[in-house]
Amino acid sequence: MTSETRSIGRRLTLLLAGVAALLSLLSWGMVTALAREATQRTQDNVLAASATTIAETLRTEQGEVRLELPYAAFSMLGAISEDRVFYRVTADGDTLTGYDDLPQPIAGRQGQIVFDTANYVGVPIRIASISRGILAGDGPVLIAVTVGQTRDGAGAIASELSRLAAILSVAFFVVAVVLSAFVAQTSLRPLNEIAAAVSRRGPSDLRPLERPAPADLAPLLAALNRLMARLGESIRRSEDFIAEAAHRIRTPLATVRAQAEIALRTVSGEPEKDRLRRIIRAVDESSRSAGQLLDHATVAFRIEDLASDRLDLADLASQTVAAMDPTASMRDIRLHLQTASAQITGDAVLLEAAIRNVLDNAIKYSPEDTTVTLTITRNEAEACLTVVDQGPGLGDEPVAALTERFRRGTNTDGIVGSGLGLTIAADVLRAHSGRLELTTAPNRSEGACVSLVLPLA
Amino acid sequence: MRVPCLALGVIFWCTGAALALEIEDHHLFPGTGERVLRIVSTTDLAVFEPYILAFQDDRPAVAVDYTVVSSSEMHSAIRAGAQFDLAVSSAMDLQFQLANDGYAQRYQSAATETLPDWARWRDLIFAFTTEPAVVVINSTSFTGLDLPVTRQELIAILRDNPDRFAGAVGTYDVRESGLGFLFATQEDRSSDAYWRLNEVMGRLKPKFYCCSSQMIEDVAEGELAMAYNVLGSYAAEKLAQDQSGQMQILRMQDFTNVMLRTVLVPATAQNTEAAGAMIDMLVRLGMRDDPGDWPLPSLSQTSTGEAIGFGPIRLGPGLMVYLDPLNRRAFLAEWENAMEQR
Ligand SMILES: Nc1ncnc2c1ncn2[C@@H]1O[C@H](COP(=O)(O)OP(=O)(O)OP(=O)(O)O)[C@@H](O)[C@H]1O
Ligand SMILES: [Mg+2]
Repeated sequence: MTSETRSIGRRLTLLLAGVAALLSLLSWGMVTALAREATQRTQDNVLAASATTIAETLRTEQGEVRLELPYAAFSMLGAISEDRVFYRVTADGDTLTGYDDLPQPIAGRQGQIVFDTANYVGVPIRIASISRGILAGDGPVLIAVTVGQTRDGAGAIASELSRLAAILSVAFFVVAVVLSAFVAQTSLRPLNEIAAAVSRRGPSDLRPLERPAPADLAPLLAALNRLMARLGESIRRSEDFIAEAAHRIRTPLATVRAQAEIALRTVSGEPEKDRLRRIIRAVDESSRSAGQLLDHATVAFRIEDLASDRLDLADLASQTVAAMDPTASMRDIRLHLQTASAQITGDAVLLEAAIRNVLDNAIKYSPEDTTVTLTITRNEAEACLTVVDQGPGLGDEPVAALTERFRRGTNTDGIVGSGLGLTIAADVLRAHSGRLELTTAPNRSEGACVSLVLPLA
Repeated sequence: MRVPCLALGVIFWCTGAALALEIEDHHLFPGTGERVLRIVSTTDLAVFEPYILAFQDDRPAVAVDYTVVSSSEMHSAIRAGAQFDLAVSSAMDLQFQLANDGYAQRYQSAATETLPDWARWRDLIFAFTTEPAVVVINSTSFTGLDLPVTRQELIAILRDNPDRFAGAVGTYDVRESGLGFLFATQEDRSSDAYWRLNEVMGRLKPKFYCCSSQMIEDVAEGELAMAYNVLGSYAAEKLAQDQSGQMQILRMQDFTNVMLRTVLVPATAQNTEAAGAMIDMLVRLGMRDDPGDWPLPSLSQTSTGEAIGFGPIRLGPGLMVYLDPLNRRAFLAEWENAMEQR
């Protein structure tokens, strides 16, 4: 059994979903950072405008610094959010007005606005500061205007945007996962199609797969076809070999048997005769084996390229009965045929071989002076040829095992056989989409009951 | 500190800083329970009493301790840490500064959520009335004159009849009154006629008042021919009781300041639960559509009831501009220049 690793489709989907998750997270992070930056900048701009507006009203009157906070400087801060406002104006470091503990960022160049984030009255605030030198009584004075604002409004907008971005990212991710699954399925479809085409085939169909395949799968398809060609070739070669070998063995065996028969007639001593009889029996066995092997090979070979002729099961049965009749009458066994016409499609040679093997068993395993009955029955879909003998039956072993190769029963003492007969019959029926049914008649008057079931044409 | 306070039974002030509190009026509305809701307010007791009684109808257990002070007194007392549960004031700028500087507690309820944006700020301040600044005149002083509807016309009348109005014009002393200062600074911002009017009034040797009620009283009694920038709500209340029939309210058509009376919970408040309930009640009354029998107008009354829709003074950091000491000093100097001509 090949151990199964994770499916490509699942893996592809997970991989794509992983990438989508990463991108979603990344885009959410970026949007959040941008939103924070943007809201921060908006607040900075207003703070800068406010500080500048205040700084612009600075003037000196009679050597004294005069300052008039313009209404707009504060009302503009109130326009963007409901944030708390703090301010402070210093002259050379001394507070002129405002909140005298408000932190003041380190002043930059004159006229340049400096921003800072600080903690004031226990909350984070954003501050903008601008410094400006003016000439007062005894020389230049450096005035710094600082305007601060809490960041709740900016924070609220940023987190609202971040929340929106999160929702969008999740939606994006869900869509991406669905699309990933779809993409994985689509891209695996040709592979699945090839797999389906291969598994739809019969057990011995080794024809090359002729179908358009995407470039990526072409090597796989080519390799598969090459493998099947090689497999077919080697099967054919071994069958040829078996047929050839069987044939080559049978000819000399016939010679050996003839010579042994002659010798049996000429020798007089009982032990010698017995020895010769044992030789003849062994030769018979070998010869039967070789013959059945040859049949088996032929069957296997013909199955591969199965003919589908219209046939009548009754004809096949009566032909086989006619061929076997001499063998049966040698043992005083009557073959009784109850025919009914049943049209089927298939290979006549193979079906005959199947019937012959079943009938051969019935004759071989039955005692002398009995009757073997062949009956053809049919229903809507199937035809059935049942062979019933008056022999000992199929024994207590599980009957399915009897169709295994070289498997013989326990009731075979002194009866020549190779264990391939039922194998051949079962193979033939399977190739014709039929089956072989083995039962032992429950009442002792009859023996084995073997049915060949075939679909009707 | 609290123990002796409780022992005294009446709790006006508990901190040393607040001991100097200059109380204008005080009344304790006893409740059936132990709990006391301490309100510091600029609203006259007579005006606010119906609200307290309505509150106690709902919560008879809570005693209400009502202290009337001037708006600037209230502002400095709360900054100094005086312990009150609720601060009601008409000086929006001072209230706003308290909230901005962290002397107010956040409060949020279903009722406050219904307030329009302009009537609350950061869930710290809640407005429950809109009250216009009006001119109140004694009609006998104006016999034979066209009643002025703009400041231009008012300036012309005052200028042309100095004999009639000399010493008979009253207005807020903006140095004393927080509300007067608020009205004056807002008018300075919005109307260019303001300073000219001040010049003209200054020449007439005006009388200065701390409070609207006193001014209205004097007009009703004929002491004054005209009071400029008084609270419309008080005037209307007085007009309803007036027997002489000489009092008249004028609303300037060119521009009218509309003040929001606001309430906040000081950071030092103890009984915040009752304070919240009181805010809810005031806000609900502020949102009422039917004027009803209440002494103070609702939020919608002034703006929708009048033909000229001036929005109320904006509750925002702009209010802090005139509170800046430098600005205030400059403004008061200019005001004194105009008003106290020799
Ligand atoms: N009609 C039957 N009566 C009793 N036993 C049978 C019968 N047919 C088959 N069997 C049993 O099933 C076994 C398998 O039969 P199968 O035809 O495959 O082999 P075989 O007859 O032994 O050899 P072969 O037919 O190849 O010469 C037999 O050995 C026998 O034990
Ligand atoms: Mg057999």
